Amino acid sequence: MKTFNLLVRCHKRLVLLLMAATGLLIVLPAGARSAGKDGNSPKTQPSAAELPPGSPALIRPEELAKAIQSSRGPKPVVLNVGPRLIWVQAHIPGAEYIGPTSSPQGLEKLRSRAASLPRDSFIVIYCGCCPWEHCPNIRPAYKELQQMGFTRLKVLYVANSFGTDWVEKGYPTAKGE
Amino acid sequence: MTRKAAVFIAALGLAAVLYLSIHRRAARNHPADSVAPAITLRDLSGHTINPADYKGKVVLVNFWAAWCTPCREEIPQFIALQEKYHARGFQAVGISMDDPEGALRDFCREYKVNYPIVMGNQKTAEAFGGVLGLPTTFLIGRDGRIHAKQAGATDFPKLERDVAALVESGH
Repeated sequence: MKTFNLLVRCHKRLVLLLMAATGLLIVLPAGARSAGKDGNSPKTQPSAAELPPGSPALIRPEELAKAIQSSRGPKPVVLNVGPRLIWVQAHIPGAEYIGPTSSPQGLEKLRSRAASLPRDSFIVIYCGCCPWEHCPNIRPAYKELQQMGFTRLKVLYVANSFGTDWVEKGYPTAKGE
Repeated sequence: MTRKAAVFIAALGLAAVLYLSIHRRAARNHPADSVAPAITLRDLSGHTINPADYKGKVVLVNFWAAWCTPCREEIPQFIALQEKYHARGFQAVGISMDDPEGALRDFCREYKVNYPIVMGNQKTAEAFGGVLGLPTTFLIGRDGRIHAKQAGATDFPKLERDVAALVESGH
């Protein structure tokens, strides 16, 4: 009986040890990931899994090009939420410059611009600064406008960059401020 | 017969115009094998970088931003390339796009960036044929010609092969 009790106690300790080790294995890599390689990644950065390619919230470059060139129907309000240095080199004609919405100032500018728009306006936001999954601007901008209640909100899907996926494809482009 | 010939010539002309416009646009956007721009830059320490300083060297120009995650992740590899090939005539230069100068200085200090970093502007970007996405990297040979342009994430094994070949060659 004594031997049996000893075995049960040892077994319980072993189970507890295994559970603790498993817990550590799960928590440690997750912590390392969230800290990022450099420790500089903002903690509030929305996940790249949001707005995956193929999401119904996205509009493809060819669809948007068609919409802005079409003579029928209302044109979308196109808002650029990317860096100024790319905007001044090339942007979508008729688009409005907001600025990077990865910053609180950019988000504030987006909020104040959108405040005057009817909630059923056809709005397209775009950036194209970086490859899609890494864009720091598009997801905060989308979340903000979604929270404001816009019902016809679309995000331009730019897989690689505005240069590769819009300009080099020959879609309409304007330049300057 | 004359009408047929006119239609044929018009079609040929249209095809030529289309070909030239497509070809010219492609050439503008892919400046590989063109002569690298000779522009004077100023790095974060205030030092002037003249094109003459890098004459005859293999130069890597990386357009990037500290706010751009994939750009940030590439920096340690550029640091390693600079360390490994600098003595053999290689020079990396980073051109930061839309970074606040203070944040950029902090970043360079933290990462111990061992090559010059300059603040980019529209003129700098346009001198390289336009930089419409980050990261974008150019590799310039000893002859001053753009050997390769990489828009998007850098393929480092390929880049290192190219750097090794260029530092050994006279081009």
